Amino acid sequence: MNQFENHTSHRKSRLSIWSAAYVIARRDFQAILFSRAFLFFLLGPVFLIGVAALSSGVGGQIASDAADPEIGIAMNVPDTTAMLAAHGALAGQLGPSLPPMVAVDIGPQADAAQRILEERRGNYTAIVTGTPAAPVMTGTEGQLTRLSGRVALVAAAANGRAPSEFPEITRQTVATSGAAEKTSRVATAQVSQMLLFFLTMLLAGMVLSNLVEEKGNKIIEVLAAAIPMDAVFLGKLFAMLGVSMVGILVWGSVVGMFLLLTGGGLGALPPPAVGWPLFLILGVIYFAMGYLLLGSIFLAIGSMAATVREVQTLSMPVTMLQLLVFFFASYAMARPGSPLELAAVIFPLSSPFAMLARAAQIEDLWPHALALLWQAFAVAVFIKAGATLFRKRVMKSGPQGAVRKRRFWQRAAPARSPAR
Amino acid sequence: MDMMLSEAAATGNPVANPDANRGANAVRPLAIEARGLVKRFEGTTAVDGVDLAVPEGAIYGILGPNGAGKTTTLRMLLGIIDPDEGVRRVFGHDRPHDIARMIGYLPEERGLYPSMKAYEAIAFLGALRGLPLAEGKRRGRELLERHDLGHAADRQIRQLSKGMAQTVQLLGTLVHKPRLVVLDEPFSGLDAINQGKLEVMIRELAAEGTTVIFSTHVIAHAERLCEGVAIIAGGKVPYAGSVDEARDHIPAQVRLETRAREGRWRDALPQDARCEGDYWMFSLPESGIEPLLRALIEGEAGILSLSIERAGLHDAFVHIAGAAAARALSEQSAVEAAR
Repeated sequence: MNQFENHTSHRKSRLSIWSAAYVIARRDFQAILFSRAFLFFLLGPVFLIGVAALSSGVGGQIASDAADPEIGIAMNVPDTTAMLAAHGALAGQLGPSLPPMVAVDIGPQADAAQRILEERRGNYTAIVTGTPAAPVMTGTEGQLTRLSGRVALVAAAANGRAPSEFPEITRQTVATSGAAEKTSRVATAQVSQMLLFFLTMLLAGMVLSNLVEEKGNKIIEVLAAAIPMDAVFLGKLFAMLGVSMVGILVWGSVVGMFLLLTGGGLGALPPPAVGWPLFLILGVIYFAMGYLLLGSIFLAIGSMAATVREVQTLSMPVTMLQLLVFFFASYAMARPGSPLELAAVIFPLSSPFAMLARAAQIEDLWPHALALLWQAFAVAVFIKAGATLFRKRVMKSGPQGAVRKRRFWQRAAPARSPAR
Repeated sequence: MDMMLSEAAATGNPVANPDANRGANAVRPLAIEARGLVKRFEGTTAVDGVDLAVPEGAIYGILGPNGAGKTTTLRMLLGIIDPDEGVRRVFGHDRPHDIARMIGYLPEERGLYPSMKAYEAIAFLGALRGLPLAEGKRRGRELLERHDLGHAADRQIRQLSKGMAQTVQLLGTLVHKPRLVVLDEPFSGLDAINQGKLEVMIRELAAEGTTVIFSTHVIAHAERLCEGVAIIAGGKVPYAGSVDEARDHIPAQVRLETRAREGRWRDALPQDARCEGDYWMFSLPESGIEPLLRALIEGEAGILSLSIERAGLHDAFVHIAGAAAARALSEQSAVEAAR
């Protein structure tokens, strides 16, 4: 038995990782909340709104592409065939400006077309019944105005009279259609993704500067000596999450008051598939997850960088990566259920964006539970990896520890005895 | 000063450590034990097989020039970094974070949040070690008052002088009443008055049973304060043990002044005798001074003065760590003094 085994141990006496994280989080939360920088933080979204307004043109284009609505043709078989043949011939000339047309079997009832659209069956933007000579077009007011000319052109071609004579279209208006709702939901998904992205970028950047400041204060070694680095990272992340929640509360209140004063409300926005209350809750949760994921990466970077310049250099690739991830999630959003969207859901950094878009478009709730578990696991792994990296790479001192790493081509081969 | 009374009960069997724990230390339980600690940073060995044994209640110094591996050794002992090889235990625990409440640590690079008030900073450092925040604030004010800094309790750290901020951090290191206090270059940056105050504080801590381990490149501090030292140079520890035994590494020096310059008596001088001005200097012979005295008298040397001087820690350091390490240590001390 050696002397170590001889020694009677003292009982463990330390804070749990959560208590330690709370000590860090409490300090950081109070320090940030009562600082002047927090006021600038609150003003941050004003600039973001400007950027969002500028990018809305691009977004509108994505929305119109993403919906890809169809016009249903529900005439008798020969007329439907003639209409589709005419559409095929004209589509070659007009390209994407002519929406796709598909045959629809709607049954004998007089209001069948209206019911299909109102029940949001299929992805129809409008349904055309009657005959090519006297077509009846059912759809929303906006779609009828937008598409009736093109339908008349197809009908005239099917009737063999284009381009000299066009049939008069009888209009039947419905409140909404499957295609209209999908388009709206895509818009909701798009806006929410954009909001999520800007918020996470803004706040994750704050975590980074917070840790750099910490290193500047040289207090990081005191923290590392007293509590595990995992707790330091966790505390800092949750402090910033708390700060951002305060920010969201303030911004939400301002927006709410604005809507109240102007008589607007959530009803003016397209409703998400899971409904507004659940969508808002999921939005907050996915924001937290997105922020924790990106924040943990930024924290690892911040812990390794010695100066602000180093931080900027190191964080640039991550910012670019996050931008790519956002575009990836945005692109995948338009194709719910596709392998691409599944990949966006599984990849941890894009998962919160992809899942929020899913909440806007698809009613199912169980995938959210799975995704949140997966994202929480990824956060834990990222924090652990960051803390490990910090312990391995950062805490070295003195001239011996500061020796630069030799590259493989600089390393001398092991000494060998000369051959005798 | 009663602030350092330990909260945890002192337990543990007395441990005999044949290598480093000599004399009185042999029956005291160890606060810190390290065997064969090795730490490499990117191919460079910063610490190379360090063995340490620090008895509970001792004041222990880690003595060496900058870059010798003192800070890395302390960081390994505290669990801030893990050794690549070897074992370390603090109060019997190989994971020092598990007993964080029993440890206080003042790093070489002092650091506090500039916007915090002095008493809040002390309370925060206590909270990191498990002290409730309210209690930490109360003790913080009390400690500041006791150290003549009561007037600065509500000032932000950025408004304090460097010396005051350093004292605040030291008080934050002690606020939770740790049983082991680890100080990395604690005297660095302090003026002579504050260095004196710190020495008093360290002695008071030890008197209350707290183990204090500190690193320094100033031999005088270690010589005045420590009962045990580890001499570290180039990442290795060529000596770890009591200060007295370190000094015993080289024999006492004899200083002799005679009236006669030549004579039979010179044959009696030891081989290492050298003439320095009016004096002869040589190591005390193993047979003692009496036979030599007899020979000098019989040889009619005409003794004017004779003194036996025990080697200082500096001489021991030169003997143990080598002249180069001693030179580096002296240069750093001179730079420090000039600041």
